[in-house]
Amino acid sequence: MAKSGQSLGARVRNTAFSALVYLFLYAPIAVIVLFSFNTSRRNIVFEGFTLDWYGVMAGNTQLMDSLVNTLIVASCSTLLSVIIGSLAAVGMYRYRFRGRAAIDALLYIPVVIPEVVLGIALLSVFSLANVPLGLLSMIIAHATFSIPFVVFTVRARLSGFDASTEEAAMDLGANRLQVFSRITVPLIAPGIGAGAMLAFTLSIDDIIISFFTTGATSMTFPLKVMEMVRSGVSPDVYALSTIIILVTFAVVVTSQAIRYRHQKGQEHTGT
Amino acid sequence: MLMASQAIVELKNVDKRYGENHVVKDLNLAINEGEFLSILGPSGCGKTTTLRMIAGFEQQSSGTILVEGEPVEDKEPFERNVNTVFQSYALFPHMTVFENVAFGLKMKRTARAEIRERVQEALALVQLEGFEKRYPSQLSGGQKQRVAIARAIINQPKVLLLDEPLGALDLKLRKQMQLELKRLQKRLGITFVYVTHDQEEALTMSDRIAVMHEGILDQLDAPSRIYDFPATRFVADFIGESNIFDGLASPQGKNIVVTTEAGRVLGQNSGGFEEGEQVQVSVRPEKLRFDSEAREGFDLEGTVRENIFVGTFIKSILLLSSGQEVVLTSLSGQAVPEEGRSYHLFWEPSDAVILHSRSQEIWSTIANVDLSGFSAEADASADAGSAETGGANAAPASAGAASASAASASATPAAASAPAAAHRQKARA
Ligand SMILES: Nc1ncnc2c1ncn2[C@@H]1O[C@H](COP(=O)(O)OP(=O)(O)O)[C@@H](O)[C@H]1O
Ligand SMILES: [Mg+2]
Repeated sequence: MAKSGQSLGARVRNTAFSALVYLFLYAPIAVIVLFSFNTSRRNIVFEGFTLDWYGVMAGNTQLMDSLVNTLIVASCSTLLSVIIGSLAAVGMYRYRFRGRAAIDALLYIPVVIPEVVLGIALLSVFSLANVPLGLLSMIIAHATFSIPFVVFTVRARLSGFDASTEEAAMDLGANRLQVFSRITVPLIAPGIGAGAMLAFTLSIDDIIISFFTTGATSMTFPLKVMEMVRSGVSPDVYALSTIIILVTFAVVVTSQAIRYRHQKGQEHTGT
Repeated sequence: MLMASQAIVELKNVDKRYGENHVVKDLNLAINEGEFLSILGPSGCGKTTTLRMIAGFEQQSSGTILVEGEPVEDKEPFERNVNTVFQSYALFPHMTVFENVAFGLKMKRTARAEIRERVQEALALVQLEGFEKRYPSQLSGGQKQRVAIARAIINQPKVLLLDEPLGALDLKLRKQMQLELKRLQKRLGITFVYVTHDQEEALTMSDRIAVMHEGILDQLDAPSRIYDFPATRFVADFIGESNIFDGLASPQGKNIVVTTEAGRVLGQNSGGFEEGEQVQVSVRPEKLRFDSEAREGFDLEGTVRENIFVGTFIKSILLLSSGQEVVLTSLSGQAVPEEGRSYHLFWEPSDAVILHSRSQEIWSTIANVDLSGFSAEADASADAGSAETGGANAAPASAGAASASAASASATPAAASAPAAAHRQKARA
C-alpha cells in the first residue's frame, strides 16, 4: 500500500524490494512444483509436462507409509502437547506457588537446547524406561519439544484475559468445570489453536529428534526423504511435496478467511 | 433498632487480612431486606474486599457472614443466592448479549422457552431490547453496564452486589443511570449493596450508607443523618464539605463553648462531653454565617480571600487568625461577603456537630499550650477591630507551633470515633 505522498522513485524502489523478498521466499517452492510435472527424471531442465510422478508417488508404498506415520505422530503429539500445555499455562497463570519462577525459566530450556542433545537425552530415557522405539516414543518425544510452544501461545492469550469473567460465571451458578469449559477454554481457544498449529508443523518436519527416537518400522516422511536423497531425489518426492504445499496453502487461506469473517462479524454494529 | 430476622445479609466481627495488610477490621453490618445500602469510602478502604467476601470470592480471616440467616463460609460463590455486578462489567466477550444474560438461567437448566421469555423481560427492564445479537465489543460503556445488570438480576437474587457500577461512565450518563438503578431496585424489591467512592452518588441513591475508612465502619445511617450528624471527623470531612475546628470543650447548659485557636465558638450539647475535653467542631459551609457585628458566644473572625462562583451558589474562602482557611457558601441572590473584608463568623449552635477526639498526640500537644494568654490576645485583636493586626503574625509563637503539630496529628485517621480508635489501638498492640 503506497502512500499517496510518496514519490514515484520511492514507490518503484518499494515494489522492487517486495518483489525480491517474495522471489527469494517462493522461488524454491516454485521450482519443486515445476519439476514435479517434469517428464525428465533429472531435474536440470524442464523437458515436458506429465502427471506420471503423481502415479509413481501413489505406488511408492514406503513413501506413503512414511507419510501416514508422520501424520499419526504429528496428530497425537499435537493433541498431547495441547492438553498438557494449555493446562500448564492456565495453572501457571492462575496460581501463585513456590517455584513458579523456576518452572517458568525451565520452560525455555527445551526450546533453546540443541536438538541433538534433546534427541540423545530422550533416547537414553526411552532405553532406561524400556519404551520400545517406534511411533509411541516419537509421539512422546515430539510432545516434549512442542509443549513449551503451546504454553507460550496460550499464556500470551491469557495475559489479556479478564479474570473477573470467570468470577462472573461462577457468580451466576457455574461450577468450576463449567467455568473452565464455557468461559476459560473458549476465551483461550485462539491461543490453543495457534499452539496446536505450531506443534503440528514442528512435528511434521522434525528430523533430528525423530532420527534418535524412531524405530525400524516407524520411518517418517522427512526421514524417508533424507534416506532417498542419498541416491538422488526422484520427482515423486517433488510430487508429494507439491501436495503438501497445496494442503498447507489451503489451510492457511481458510484459517485467514475464517478469522477475517469473524473479525468483521464482531466489528460491525449492524443487526 | 431493627430485628435480627429482618437482616438478609449480616456481617459479624468480620476481619480480612492479606498477610500483614489488615484490610477489613472487625466489621459489623446488618443489611435489611429490600433496602438500598451503600458502602462508601475512599479508594483502598476495603469496599471491594467486603463485597467479595459476601459474594464468596474471598474468605474472611475471621468472623461470620450470614445470608438469609445462614452462615455462608462453606458455600462456593455458585451456591450463594447473591449476584454481583462487577466494576469492569466482566461480560463474556465470546457470547452475544442474549447469551450473556441467559447464562445464569442456562446454569440452572431452565427450559429454552422460559429462557427466551425471561431474557427478553430482563433486557426490557434495562431498555436494551433489540440488542440480543450484539457482542459486548459492539456496545458502548452504558450499554455494557445495562447488560451486566440484566445478567445479574436474571436469577432473581435476594441480594444484588454492585461494585462501583457507574465508575467508568461519564457524568451525564452516570446521573441518568443512578436514577434508573434506583427505580429498578424499587421495582424489583431486591436488596442492593452498592459500593461507591462517590459521596454524592451514595447520598442520592441510598436508604442507608455505611461509611468505611481504612477497613473500619465509621458510621451506618440514613444519608441525611450522615450528612447532618457525622459521627467521626473522617465522615464529616469525606461527606460533603466541612469546616473542622480543633478545640477544648466547656459544656455550659444546652450549649458547649469550644475554645479553638482562632477563637471561641458554640455548639449544641448533645451530652457526654467533659470540661476541658479535646473536641472537634464540624460546620457545613452552608451553615457558616457572617456579619460585621460579633454574635453572642462567638469570637471568630475571618478575612475573605476569594469568592468563587459555582453555578447556583457562591463559595467564599476565608482566612482565620489561626491561619486556617474555612469555606462559606451563599446561594446566589443572598448577601455575599466582600473580598478582602473581615467579618465575624458564627452559626446556629444546633448546626454544629461536636466530635470527641481521643487522639493522644493532640491531647498532649494542646495540654502544653498556654491557652489563657492566647485567648486574651485574640480578644485584644477583636477589640482593635482590625483583621490585619489580629493576623497569624500576632499569635504567640508557641500557639503557632502547637497548631502545626496539632494539624499533622489530626490529619492521621486516629481521630476517628471512640470505638474505632479503641479498636485501632488494639490492632496496633
Ligand atoms: N488479593 C489481594 N491481595 C493483597 N492485597 C489486596 C488484595 N485485594 C485487595 N488488597 C488490598 O486491600 C485493600 C483494600 O482493597 P479494596 O477492597 O479493593 O479497596 P476499595 O474497593 O475500597 O478501593 C487495598 O490496600 C488493597 O491493596
Ligand atoms: Mg474497589
